[in-house]
Amino acid sequence: MSTPSSTQPRITSVAEVKAALGDRLVDSFHKDDLWLRVRTDAWKASMRTLRDTLGFHYFCFLSAIDWMPSPYGRGEDDPTEPTPERDMTIRPGYAGGATRLQVFARVANPVTHVGVTVKVDVDDSAPVLESIHDVYAGANWHEREAHEMFGIKFDGHPDLRNIYLPSDFEGHPLRKDFPLLARMVKPWPGIVDVEPLPGGDEAASGEEQ
Amino acid sequence: MSITENVLGDRQRLAYIASQAADSRLNVELETEGMTLNIGPQHPATHGTLRIIARLDGEQVVWAEPSCGYMHRGYEKLAEVRTYPQVTTLINRIDWLGSFANEVPFILAAEKLMEIEAPVRAQYIRTILFELSRIANVSLFLGDLGVQLGAITPVFIAFRDREYVLNLIESATGGRFHPNFDRIGGLKDDLPAGWVDETRAVMKKLRGFCDQIEDLLFGNEIFQSRTRGIGVVPRDVALQYGLSGANLRASGVDWDLRRDHKLPMAWDKVDWKVWTHPDGDSFARCWIRLQETRESTKIVDQLLDLIPAGPVMAKVPKIIKVPEGEAWVSTENPLGEMGYYVVSRGDLGPFRVKIRSASFNNISITPWLLRGVYVPDIVTILASLYFILGDIDR
Repeated sequence: MSTPSSTQPRITSVAEVKAALGDRLVDSFHKDDLWLRVRTDAWKASMRTLRDTLGFHYFCFLSAIDWMPSPYGRGEDDPTEPTPERDMTIRPGYAGGATRLQVFARVANPVTHVGVTVKVDVDDSAPVLESIHDVYAGANWHEREAHEMFGIKFDGHPDLRNIYLPSDFEGHPLRKDFPLLARMVKPWPGIVDVEPLPGGDEAASGEEQ
Repeated sequence: MSITENVLGDRQRLAYIASQAADSRLNVELETEGMTLNIGPQHPATHGTLRIIARLDGEQVVWAEPSCGYMHRGYEKLAEVRTYPQVTTLINRIDWLGSFANEVPFILAAEKLMEIEAPVRAQYIRTILFELSRIANVSLFLGDLGVQLGAITPVFIAFRDREYVLNLIESATGGRFHPNFDRIGGLKDDLPAGWVDETRAVMKKLRGFCDQIEDLLFGNEIFQSRTRGIGVVPRDVALQYGLSGANLRASGVDWDLRRDHKLPMAWDKVDWKVWTHPDGDSFARCWIRLQETRESTKIVDQLLDLIPAGPVMAKVPKIIKVPEGEAWVSTENPLGEMGYYVVSRGDLGPFRVKIRSASFNNISITPWLLRGVYVPDIVTILASLYFILGDIDR
């Protein structure tokens, strides 16, 4: 089925975004989608420009990424063995990055249906970022979620209460150095031969593999 | 103080005090006493365990705040320790009424990173099952809508007719609620014999169901007066809050990801219509969903005629490693835009999965939307926004 909207380009040209954002744009990456990275101190101003100048009125989501590889791997270590060596170098994703923690948001243009992912570095030792809840009202809850899950503070947010976790919960569960406790107290049954089935001998437990 | 301690948790206390200060100003004028109304966590209007705390002035809501998290399962964290094929088992349970639709965007994201595409037959079957999940999901909404307004009959009709769709999903996938049928590179299995004819008959029944609901509910005077002009969301507010799906189209935004995004699915092969409504009120949201169910039956009917022969699974390695990269794929799920931002490090499992679920955004508008409405309208507005708790809490 063909409609006028489906014939429009799917991706905003990088040049157009660069012209609008100017030196606030640090880096960009263009594949079948568009990734931008903006300066930390210009986060809110950049989002406002994206909304007002480029017409990205639709707020999709805001979240964060912890680029540090997990010190616990995938939680499949044998607890009786010494912890294996892991490559702990922090490698950033598309559009680069200089910090371990990054906030990223996706906004879209409801007329051209073009979307863009915007990333911003946040300082690891004191992760603080301007709140964009007065640019995109929907960011309010997403920032609360990022606050409790990653420990990133959003300056100017009216109400950074936890959404999911109890108010006295300690730690930030989606950070990579927060252990998945279920995997710590009991080995993952998906690993080969960690735990024989109750009452079964070795042959029975090996059979499922 | 006792109210603060008993009804509100620590988290709400601050906001409560602020609202009370606002109330006291209001109460001097109107000489009424404010009260706090707690709805839920267990309430038929909440489809699970959502709790709404509302400060009232007489019959009017001064301040309302949903309190979620009773069902938070931490799928984003769990996905980091699962392999790609294992993740679909988890994400099936996000929107439990339209499970198959949850699997599709994640699988598409993984396929995008691997630069493979499912065979054409698999794409068609995926689209059919996707639309069947939509029908199963939205038909429950249409029946449930009546219950919120005191009409009992529609829900019986809805449960009866939804059963036909669930039976179809079961006979094709083996699971009524959690199919776990989508695989990277295609589908687990082909369709069983006789399924196509059976589906055609069910689609005819479902169109009858839509007509029946329209007769019973949408033409009803009480229904109209309870929903028309109630809970109006203007276009700009809807966009800012990231409302999606029928809620967005009810505010006059002509945007459907099935039509407007290029995805390796079969929606562009058939003729159907994207409905919008200019009003943005509860009635508009319900009406859009009714029309969408009709369109879905049409999509399924046409796809059944067009479905090509061939394999349902592409050639993929037995142990799936997804190359390094980042991908965002979202689809038009029954509740709205659902998407996965998948970050891969070339490992067996994803490095980070951000799950963008529709209900989280759809419900985040409630503090804005419920301010100033009357108590009985809370229930109809919540019902018309239509959320699934699993889809908010993930």
